Amino acid sequence: MSTATAAAAPGAAAPPRRPGLLRTAWRYHRTKIGVVLTAAVLLVAAVGPFVSPYSPTEMAGTPNATGIDGALFGTDNVGRDVLSRFLHGGYTLVAIAVLSALAGVAAGAVIGIVAGYLRNWADELLMRTNDMLLAFPQLVLALLLLSILGPQVWLIVVIIAVSHANRVARVVREATLKVVEQDFVKSAEAIGLPRWRIMASEILPNITSPLLVELGLRITYSVGTIATLSFLGMGLQPPTADWGLMINEGRVAITVQPWAVVLPVTAVAVLTIGANLITDGLSRASIGIDRGVEK
Amino acid sequence: MTRLILYRLGYGVLTLFVVSLVVFGATQALPSDPAQAILGREAADPARLEALRQQLNLDQPLALQYWNWLAGAVVLDFGTSLAGGMPVAELLGPRIQASLTLMLITAVIAAPIAMAIGAFAALRRDRRFDHTSSMVTLVLAAVPEFAVGIVLILLLATGALQVLPAVYAGSSEDVLSSPDQLVLPVLTLAIAVSPPIIRMMRASMIEVLESEYVQQARLKGLPERTVIWRHAAPNAIGPVAQVIALQLGWLAGGVVAIEFLFNFPGIGKTLMEAIEARNLPVIQAVTLLIAVVYVVVNLLADIVGLAANPKVRVSSR
Amino acid sequence: MSGNPQQEAALALGVQGLTVIGRPSDVEIISDITLTVRRGEICGLVGESGSGKTTLGLSLLAHCKRGTEVTRGAVEVAGTALTGLSEAEVRRLRGRAVAYIPQSPASALNPALRLRTQLAEALHSWNEEEQGTRADRVREVLREVALPDDDAFLARYPHQLSGGQQQRVAIAMAFIDRPDVIVMDEPTTGLDVTTQAHVLETIRSMTRQHGTAGVYISHDMAVVADLADEIAVMYRGEVVERGRAAEVLADPEHDYTRRLLRAVPLLKTSGHAEPEEDGGEPLLKISGLQAGYGSTTVLRGIDVEVRRGECVALLGESGSGKTTLSRSVAGLHTQFSGGLLLDGEQLAASSYRRTAEQRRRVQYIFQNPYEALNPRKRVRDLVLAPYTHLMGKPKDPDAVVHEALERAALPASYAARFPEQLSGGERQRVGIARAIATGPDLLICDEITSALDVSVQAEIVKLLRALQDDGMALLFVTHNIALVSNIAQKVAVLNKGEIVEYGPVGEVMSAPGHDYTRALIADTPDFELSFGESPMHRGAQAPEKAAGQ
Repeated sequence: MSTATAAAAPGAAAPPRRPGLLRTAWRYHRTKIGVVLTAAVLLVAAVGPFVSPYSPTEMAGTPNATGIDGALFGTDNVGRDVLSRFLHGGYTLVAIAVLSALAGVAAGAVIGIVAGYLRNWADELLMRTNDMLLAFPQLVLALLLLSILGPQVWLIVVIIAVSHANRVARVVREATLKVVEQDFVKSAEAIGLPRWRIMASEILPNITSPLLVELGLRITYSVGTIATLSFLGMGLQPPTADWGLMINEGRVAITVQPWAVVLPVTAVAVLTIGANLITDGLSRASIGIDRGVEK
Repeated sequence: MTRLILYRLGYGVLTLFVVSLVVFGATQALPSDPAQAILGREAADPARLEALRQQLNLDQPLALQYWNWLAGAVVLDFGTSLAGGMPVAELLGPRIQASLTLMLITAVIAAPIAMAIGAFAALRRDRRFDHTSSMVTLVLAAVPEFAVGIVLILLLATGALQVLPAVYAGSSEDVLSSPDQLVLPVLTLAIAVSPPIIRMMRASMIEVLESEYVQQARLKGLPERTVIWRHAAPNAIGPVAQVIALQLGWLAGGVVAIEFLFNFPGIGKTLMEAIEARNLPVIQAVTLLIAVVYVVVNLLADIVGLAANPKVRVSSR
Repeated sequence: MSGNPQQEAALALGVQGLTVIGRPSDVEIISDITLTVRRGEICGLVGESGSGKTTLGLSLLAHCKRGTEVTRGAVEVAGTALTGLSEAEVRRLRGRAVAYIPQSPASALNPALRLRTQLAEALHSWNEEEQGTRADRVREVLREVALPDDDAFLARYPHQLSGGQQQRVAIAMAFIDRPDVIVMDEPTTGLDVTTQAHVLETIRSMTRQHGTAGVYISHDMAVVADLADEIAVMYRGEVVERGRAAEVLADPEHDYTRRLLRAVPLLKTSGHAEPEEDGGEPLLKISGLQAGYGSTTVLRGIDVEVRRGECVALLGESGSGKTTLSRSVAGLHTQFSGGLLLDGEQLAASSYRRTAEQRRRVQYIFQNPYEALNPRKRVRDLVLAPYTHLMGKPKDPDAVVHEALERAALPASYAARFPEQLSGGERQRVGIARAIATGPDLLICDEITSALDVSVQAEIVKLLRALQDDGMALLFVTHNIALVSNIAQKVAVLNKGEIVEYGPVGEVMSAPGHDYTRALIADTPDFELSFGESPMHRGAQAPEKAAGQ
């Protein structure tokens, strides 16, 4: 009769809490590898401009030359130092990608929670406009708008953030629906807690896991999309040093001067792979894969 | 069920309508003068500006412009190209064919292989094959497709291993005549579309294998082969079909960067050329086309999904 | 094994020292289980959640869930050892030697296959020349479980059947190849008592008729007492007591068995105290209430009164509308019309339109303690939230929390814990503490014990009694008539959205006026507790003092 109360004797040590999302994610090797890869690329992007031997637009030799003194990886199609351009070309990409991902996830989270909780006209509107927006591949929509309005950084951020936002909103809405079904939300409603406080203090803290996973995913995709836009010539414009643009400029002479392409491609690939490995670690941690029988 | 399908169809038509609005709105109805945007620095010449306005019907009211454009688009008349004066439809015809060929070959190769890998990984859960395929999938899913293409070029078309041509050389009429030129673009696209299919197939298969009805089938004493082919696989494929459709739809947009990279004469390259030349009618036609493919493929997937679900199929009135 | 040969022949299932461990922790889930079942008899395997009864049930078919493994012991079915065989050999024996009836047929039947396919494939080792065609056997077994055997029925998909029909199909599927042993894992969960009674009757007659040995896994002592010839009680992975059903029930040896038996609410049809009539204004008066969702009406003409210090039970099965009614009272379901008076004042439909004082006086406790507490908040904040919102910041928040926890029989140190650090029963106590922190007049308890084990349920019921003795009124919503007969003073029986019977519990239990109530009482499994007094009962004894004193 009294097993439960016996266990509840005062002074009994509380059972430990389950470790948090980040700590659980850190247990996976892939998360650690991801962090190392991402950190390496971020380091290049952040420190690069301060250690580069030349300015990114300075002439260092004849075009498409390799194996010349003073330019470790040779020169590009105009004659600028490849290494210097590489060291300068990261931070714009990283900054734009992170900015648009953050903006998209924040907007998507707000829309998703409101739509999922209130289930009113906003929900209808969101789901319908979502379907419409999803009818365009992200890249094509971006190309369509950029081709007419001209390639501008703020426009890229807005376009990518918007196309992220409606995808994030979908995911957050699903997560919110699962939380709203639970009775603790009903309990807050029964005492008449204002709706906005329910969304902020009851729902939001319970969807942080999917939100973090989404953020990782969106950063990965942002980097890919922005690099692709630059590669297509619709991103940052010459003579800026930018990894995507470098690949565009260097691809014609890829057989003669591969470094101008290899360096930025490697950086973009390593960054996206790293971000995706972290995201996967987070997502595994959030659904509790591989927990096994612990008891 | 018929009602549901009709509903989806109607909804698809509505989506297409909105898509046309977006395409038109983004290109022609912006507050700035499209003619000026197209001519750029050359807009200083008032005569040319006026001529272009005429050609694009910019002097008409906006609604009428849209109506004429849409009415033309429905019968595949997208006006004439600003470069060369050729009708857009005629210009695009062979290029669409070339792109579709590329996409079809990719789909036919990638979808079954990806499904097989995913299903096999699920059956080998937590063994070496599963771990390897999961890591490779993760890596490939992350890298943008043009970067995959460049890596393939670096590996297979330059340096020591020059086994394949780095770029496509030839016209859009006979893309099948030189299959070796198709290998790299197809391989790149296949690598780009496969990871989500593999992951979904694996996840879906695992979910089904863990389900109570599969456990019950095993407890009934059915041989594992029957359990997998009769009980697990048919239930696992449903959710994957949606992902395959999404990926095929994605191909329509994904070809842009790949065609640009490999200089492949399809709609993607055409779009980039049109953007470069500010060739408005071609931009409109190609983006609309890509969106239509995207919507139609998704619609088909929805309908197939509905038809495959006995709960929906049988409860029809 | 010794003994005379006849007895040995009659033995269908023998389990010796069976141990199953979980990976990767190597914890023993079940340890050293020994069990025997004779042909034509049913062994009831009783235990609470986490006792390892489902793991044992599956290992009887030599099946282990992912991450579990048999490390020791033997399972012998009709003289053939299952342990030590290869997977393929075991598969050949399943269905014919030993078959399984799952807990929830809705998820255990393949949604994409017709019944015909699913039934016929279970006859994988059927010999058509000797035993007749498979099709005939499929029809025969359907008739045996009282289902239609026509082609139209066989062509159906599982989702086209009712819950009871699905369970019969699962039973038919298990019996189709005439197995020696049949393992049933809570096969009546989720069914209403009348359907449960029919299903149990089917199981009983099928095992008797075909000389099949049954292992019936359940948490419900009353069902097992009704059905089983032999009872094995499981506790923390071990069989702590095993014997003939009558003996175990009459004279349990193990402490745990005794505790378990005492905790089971037994249907009490006599000996209720006469309700005291006080003429005053009722605390809560529901009159002519009608409620629905969209255009469907789920409640019609509801009249119920709750007086101070009184426990009124709303008794109904799933779909009867009882939760809709309780949520309407709490202001969580707003689509209703009719009188809803608290102390003579009409309550607004939505909790948001009610005054803070009204919200304070009516508090709600939820069914599932695992979902009713925000996992991101500490117990202290959970308990304090309604108080702060409805009555303003308390001068001494810790005192408020401690008092509420104490009244819910929880130590004050629990205030610092998160819900995940609590057991199911403790969580429900936190739910109660949260509700009583504001000092409400009316507590709405929505199936608050249905997600809990019986021993925990008994403690929660004891706690509710103490609260009631302090003057709190309870609206106790449940599907369990035995529980009602032990806790409530008045009962309203809900069936399909209407109150079919309403009155003092004593009258309703001893002389039910409506067919539905009579069927409920007749179909509820029950047994006699022949030793001691159950703490569940509230007889002539003085009410127990509030916990914590």
